Amino acid sequence: MGLTLIEKIWQEHEVINQGDGNSLIYIDRIFLHERTGSIALKGLEKANRSVRNPSHVFCTLDHIVDTFPGRGDETLMPSGKDFIISTRSSAKRADINFFDLGDPKQGIVHVVSPEQGIALPGVTLVCPDSHTCTVGGLGALGWGIGSSECEHALSTSTLTVKKPKMMQVIFDGTLPVGVTAKDLILHLIQKFGAAGGTGYAVEFSGPVVKNLEIEARLTLCNMAVEFGAWTGIVAPDDKTLEYIANRPFTPQGETYHKALTHWEQLRSDSDAHFEAILSIDCETMSPFVTWGTSPQHAIPIDESIPDPAQETDPSTQKSMHRALQYMGLNPGTKMKDIAIDAAFIGSCTNSRLSDLRAASEVLKDRKVASGVKAICVPGSSLVKQQAEEEGLDQIFKAAGFEWRESGCSMCFFAGGESFGEQQRVITTTNRNFENRQGKRTRSHLASPATVAASAVSGKLNDANSLEIG
Amino acid sequence: MEPFEHHTGIAAPLMQINIDTDAIIPSREMKSVSKKGLEDGLFAEWRYLSLTTRKENPEFVLNQDPYRSASLLLTGENFGCGSSREHAAWALYQWGIRVIVAPSFGSIFYNNCIQNGILPVVLGPEKIKELQTFVELNPAVNQLTVDLRATIISAGSNICYPFSIESSDQQNLLQGLDAIGSTLKMMSSIEAFEENDIHRRPWVYL
Repeated sequence: MGLTLIEKIWQEHEVINQGDGNSLIYIDRIFLHERTGSIALKGLEKANRSVRNPSHVFCTLDHIVDTFPGRGDETLMPSGKDFIISTRSSAKRADINFFDLGDPKQGIVHVVSPEQGIALPGVTLVCPDSHTCTVGGLGALGWGIGSSECEHALSTSTLTVKKPKMMQVIFDGTLPVGVTAKDLILHLIQKFGAAGGTGYAVEFSGPVVKNLEIEARLTLCNMAVEFGAWTGIVAPDDKTLEYIANRPFTPQGETYHKALTHWEQLRSDSDAHFEAILSIDCETMSPFVTWGTSPQHAIPIDESIPDPAQETDPSTQKSMHRALQYMGLNPGTKMKDIAIDAAFIGSCTNSRLSDLRAASEVLKDRKVASGVKAICVPGSSLVKQQAEEEGLDQIFKAAGFEWRESGCSMCFFAGGESFGEQQRVITTTNRNFENRQGKRTRSHLASPATVAASAVSGKLNDANSLEIG
Repeated sequence: MEPFEHHTGIAAPLMQINIDTDAIIPSREMKSVSKKGLEDGLFAEWRYLSLTTRKENPEFVLNQDPYRSASLLLTGENFGCGSSREHAAWALYQWGIRVIVAPSFGSIFYNNCIQNGILPVVLGPEKIKELQTFVELNPAVNQLTVDLRATIISAGSNICYPFSIESSDQQNLLQGLDAIGSTLKMMSSIEAFEENDIHRRPWVYL
């Protein structure tokens, strides 16, 4: 029997098969950030252990650092500066690759790792951050870990990993205009639940995925964790190879050609076995948006808020009631009738150049509705620079968006900046959890185009409808 | 890490699905570059009416007697989903939780529990409901007992459920192993892997 892509990468990294479903897996790349990486580095120092292979370890500042123009080590978050300084000094002592403020390589870890050629097809990459699965969009095997496991990876170049079950998710048909990778993943989670992928590693495939550009594949894999999956991956193809060519950490010369031969073989065999296969027909899909406090609370934007009374499972019903109460919404309300207070474009899900282009296309010659606070935070310093070279910053600013320095920003509230109590935010981020973006803040997840269209409409709206009406 | 063999204690029902690690410990409660002092921030948004005064919300289960002294949690599907922050496991442990019973767990959180001496017990929702009913009759007296060696959770004399756990996770908890120390002993295998791999995949080695 053939092997899945993930099984092939697994086999290639297996140092020891421990015989009980666990393997000691070789870790090619480790990425850290100041939120959790700082603690892992400090923990290691405290235990008198060292980073075994510093050249394979990378660290950026993204979670706590402010995104205001002219920022420095000072942060709005009380004690935020301590994290930044501690990370910087630990990174220096450990002699790892550190992308400090002012470095064009600085940015959100999951934006930086593909952009710099640190994530490559077939490599294993871990980070103490749940969205590390993002790099699956390049055919890399990435997954999020805790600080203890991070210390383990730093000091041994390995991790003991339980082999996950294999799942294939096929996105079939052709994607209608205005429907994006973000809508695909929200649709999947809505249909099969936020625990639908628990215990599985997911390979995304099918004609729709094949047609997605690399940055869209990164968005798709980014939210595999919101589906409960251990990770998500897309088999590398010509688009992948084109994307990774000539990036700062991509191999060069003869080694590059050797790598190419290797990467071209990275795909699931035709007779590979998947324990679960899910299929979604995308032919008639609409843009999606969430109404509640779990990513599974998603619906097509043309529809109305579902009625918990129609739900048969009591615990799901209870969670729907709770979500509606938190969100200040009622069953039956049309999504497009919901007024918003703020719009946010950013995060490891949707802050790459293609995301900013999609939003700016909607925003061109339009204005953000009065009373709506609108913010765009490019995913990396390089994305920001490229966007400015294309004049996208001018479009955002003319429309009424704030244009920020790169970082995770208001994807979550760490004690610094937030949207405020009961503010309703349309956001390109990945989590609409209670209090995630601020105390009592109400988050609606959507794609960059939908966020831009909503910002100019002052209520939830998609870009297609905007053009018509 | 403290070895975990068996445990008896008060169980608090927190019966919601998809409780995420942002709810277990909000980002703003992770105030310093430290693994310590996190119990105060546990479930902060639900536990306190005001985050500044720390005035307790009397409706939240862990603020009620005798659940204030709970060391087990009964909860819903997908507990610990979301962010990888190990602070969630640290906060639970520091507050006093040793066992969490749920139909399923977020996978990173599950591993973080094992790393920190918390036993995650996977049990079907109907069985958890029965445990909840038993506990709620008289929470201080109707305590639950978990035996990790026998992989059994029991309640009084009538309820006794086996649960399954990967043998490696079971052993790690039973022995309170230092995982890094164990792996460092396998360094010769790791080096042998690298010597071979550098020829197969030279581009990986920077």
